[in-house]
Amino acid sequence: MSNRKCRKDLLQWINAVSFAVVEAQLFLDTHPDDQEALAYFHEYSNLRNQALEEYAKYYGPLTIDTTKESCADRWSWINEPWPWQEGGC
Amino acid sequence: MWNYEKRLQYPVKISQTNPQAAQIIISQFGGPDGELAASMRYLSQRYTMPYKEVTGILTDIGTEELAHMEMICAIVYQLTKGLTPEEIKKYGFDKYYVDHTLALWPQAASGTPFTATYFQSKGDPITDLHEDLAAEQKARTTYDNILRMINDPEICDPIRFLRQREVVHYQRFGEALRITQDKLDSKNFYAFNPEFDMPKSCDCQ
Repeated sequence: MSNRKCRKDLLQWINAVSFAVVEAQLFLDTHPDDQEALAYFHEYSNLRNQALEEYAKYYGPLTIDTTKESCADRWSWINEPWPWQEGGC
Repeated sequence: MWNYEKRLQYPVKISQTNPQAAQIIISQFGGPDGELAASMRYLSQRYTMPYKEVTGILTDIGTEELAHMEMICAIVYQLTKGLTPEEIKKYGFDKYYVDHTLALWPQAASGTPFTATYFQSKGDPITDLHEDLAAEQKARTTYDNILRMINDPEICDPIRFLRQREVVHYQRFGEALRITQDKLDSKNFYAFNPEFDMPKSCDCQ
């Protein structure tokens, strides 16, 4: 990804590829030898991991395993708003 | 959003079945001071918690409690794996077996089913954190009681780990209470409820 996505677009991208990963995961649980589904899973799993690292680098970590991509000298896990705080107040 | 890690937080490897121990330990799955109630308590309280440090600790401890629930279930599973009908009758496991066979079901040692009335989500940070501190101590006492009843080192080892985590969580909740009180009126901590009387503040935590 050469030009950086804005926070909202990158989060939407993470939601999309993560949902693809979950959907493929459920399918593969009951179809473990399906080559097409395996390739689909790996493709979206890679996209998800890349996007999570990019998000952590620019906007703060969404997972505990990407906290190192964010500010290294301070604990950044609690800084960004919680996911239920996006709307409402 | 949650993801699953296919491992236990601390290993459980029990080689000798013991249905009597299982009937006691299952209380930490679905009993009044069990891990399911602990997790649901913290994960319910966190939404309206106005301070990011406290929301963070509720989220992360609430998540760790799910891992503890899995450890308790692994212990009960291994303690009852492969029991014969004769063993089930001999060790008084028949009253559980008739309804659940050897499956895991959240209940107290007395057989009382899990209920949300085991915990509170009150919507006041001082009140909820005191409940959380008490909950960790009640769970610690339960683990102490379990350890008095059981001698098998393969059971005691993971139970001691879980007991120690209660002590650590109690420490973190104590710090969360201090962080909360530092943000309140030091002359009267109850002058207002920051989860209700100042809802705008939740936007800029």
